[in-house]
Amino acid sequence: MDIGWYLAVSALIFTIGAAGVLTRRSPLVILLCLELMLNAANLALIAFARMHGDPDGQIFAFIVMVVAACEVTIGLGIIVAMHRGRLPIDVDELRELQG
Amino acid sequence: MTSLKIFAWLTLLAPLAGTIAIGLLGRRLPGRGAGYLGTAALALSFASAIGALVSLQGLGEEERQVVAVAWDYANTVGVDAQLSLLVDPLSVFMILVVSGVSMLIHLYSIGYLDSDRGYVRFFAYLNYFVFSMLLLVLAGNFLVLIIGWAFVGAASYMLISFWYRRGTATRAGIKAFVINVLGDVGLVLGTFFIFKHVGTLDLLGTFERSKEAFEPGNADLTAGCILLLVGACAKSAQIPLHTWLPDAMEGPTPVSALIHAATMVTAGVYLVARMHPLFELAPTAADVGAIIGCLTLLVAGTIAIAVTDLKRVIAYSTMSQIGYMFMAVSAGAYAAGLFHLMTHAFFKALLFMAAGSLIAAMAGQQDLDKMGGFRRALPFTYGCFAIGGLALAGVPPFSGFFSKDEILLLIGDRGGWYWILYVAGYVGAFLTGIYTFRMIFRAFFGEPVPEARELEQGHLHHAEVHTNPATGEVEDTDVGFPGPDHHIAEREPSMKLAMGTLALLAVVGGFLQIPKVTHVIDHFLEPTFHDSALYERHPSDGMLAFGLALGTVVALAGIAIAYYVWVANPGLSARVRSRLAALHTVFVNKWFFDELIDALVVRPSRWFGSFAQQTFERVVVNGVLVGGTTGVVKAGSSAVRAAQTGFLRYYAALIVLGMVVIGFYFLMAA
Repeated sequence: MDIGWYLAVSALIFTIGAAGVLTRRSPLVILLCLELMLNAANLALIAFARMHGDPDGQIFAFIVMVVAACEVTIGLGIIVAMHRGRLPIDVDELRELQG
Repeated sequence: MTSLKIFAWLTLLAPLAGTIAIGLLGRRLPGRGAGYLGTAALALSFASAIGALVSLQGLGEEERQVVAVAWDYANTVGVDAQLSLLVDPLSVFMILVVSGVSMLIHLYSIGYLDSDRGYVRFFAYLNYFVFSMLLLVLAGNFLVLIIGWAFVGAASYMLISFWYRRGTATRAGIKAFVINVLGDVGLVLGTFFIFKHVGTLDLLGTFERSKEAFEPGNADLTAGCILLLVGACAKSAQIPLHTWLPDAMEGPTPVSALIHAATMVTAGVYLVARMHPLFELAPTAADVGAIIGCLTLLVAGTIAIAVTDLKRVIAYSTMSQIGYMFMAVSAGAYAAGLFHLMTHAFFKALLFMAAGSLIAAMAGQQDLDKMGGFRRALPFTYGCFAIGGLALAGVPPFSGFFSKDEILLLIGDRGGWYWILYVAGYVGAFLTGIYTFRMIFRAFFGEPVPEARELEQGHLHHAEVHTNPATGEVEDTDVGFPGPDHHIAEREPSMKLAMGTLALLAVVGGFLQIPKVTHVIDHFLEPTFHDSALYERHPSDGMLAFGLALGTVVALAGIAIAYYVWVANPGLSARVRSRLAALHTVFVNKWFFDELIDALVVRPSRWFGSFAQQTFERVVVNGVLVGGTTGVVKAGSSAVRAAQTGFLRYYAALIVLGMVVIGFYFLMAA
């Protein structure tokens, strides 16, 4: 099968994820969308690895998964802490980093 | 280490140890303890100097230049900086005079200042001053010489400003310090000029190599020697760097005695004598020195006739006598100049001590106009003052007669244009007779003033309100001001002892070198000046006899005129003054040197300073450099700060946008 299809699916998922990150206000959903983006990248990596017959891309995809797992863990931890601190679960309300 | 080196080090270190001991422990000592300790340190120093003299005379004539090195500061890349002392007849001569006269001044101060708060501080400073001067005269290389030179300046600052709550005293101290630092700069730059060619800092090494390194009249050497002269002029109060000396009279009287007799002002004379191999290779610089000395002795003599402050008259007479010495050592009459340095140390210290006693009797008043008739009230002081005055005026057989006439004789013997200096010297001697006896006649003769009458009845006058004699400001007698009363020599054994010894020396000091009879100083100093072409000269007998006769006549004529004007015809001086009003204005205003320096140096630098502060500093530095930089940073940061909204999605959108742009760039590039 042509590599183009894989890349097209990957790009589509990436765009959906990016659009989600940009439009949603709930941090939980933003994390989900980030996962989508990461996995879209994984798909592209594996597709290229297959095309070149080189396992490096697959190994890289594994590393991305590990990083993604860590990131989700920390992200969820932060969200739980926010919930406990009775902070609003809304990224637009949380803007104390303003200059 | 030979005994000579040990004695030299001991001479130097005794006053240093005294300074430290008095500074740390002085307050715990009872009563006059600090004074006795300081005097004992100087006595030890003087005894060591005599020890050095004896051991030096034990050596052969050719070996009498010993260098004692303690350690190297730096000995690399052509610099040989060591802590070394040069012990030769010249430095031994100087340490004898310095430590001996200083010891007597310490002895005098024990009694004189004992009512002052700050007694302990005074002796700590005084010992430090003597230590600095000894370091200067014993220095074996240029580095140590410069250190001693700067120490003397610092010590003079501390002592002139000793009464530190008196505004006039602190200003005088600052003036002395600033002018001395100018001299230090001259000395350092001169050293560079010479060091560049000879490549060693050691004095003996410099003299040895200077003959190969410089052809006669070398421009660098002349420049270097003139810069050394700048240093010497600043320390020795020669024109035009002399204005600090009369102002230095703001210090306590023993300090004036120390500055004028033993330390400080003789340093310049010593420097020129020490550097004689260089000055003989640079005759232009030596001639400049001789002319400066000659001008100074005339100008100072004329001012001394006009001013009425007792201490200032003596101060100007010092300037004038230092002018003789300066002229002598610059013109190659080294032994004569140093002989005069010694006799001058005796009689000038004596005059200051007597003046101190007189000022104490006047309860701090220094104006000659208010004095008179103290002859019966202060017989001892009067006797000492008269002996000092006769020696200063150069009346035979007092010490000043022999030394002054030898200087003029040797200068006259050089012939050529030196004849001008010879004549000027005798004019100066004439002025000396007038101003010296003007002081004596006005203070001790005539109708006794109330203070003198009070003292004749056995009661010392006390000021009801203490005032600054220069400005009339009211003062208290606490620390930082003079104590409630100073002492007169008649009632204070320590002062009497010091003055008596000096009076004896002022009478007999000249017998060391009577023409054709004794040549003690000539012979003693010979090893230092053995390489000098100008050292051994024998003027003709006729000239010698003429000079001695002329000196006597001139001195006596000066005294006679003083007697005629101030004793025989009391109103005459006022008439002369009104007849010669213009001349008197010039003299009494010190030839307007202060005003000249003020206009040429002080005011332009002050203007430049305020320009730098108000225009350059405010507009250029603060406005453009500092303000510009902060403005740029502020504007940049406020632009960047606007991007920091705190909206997470906004940041994410920017990242995405950036990635898209990068993606497009690569697509285009591909």
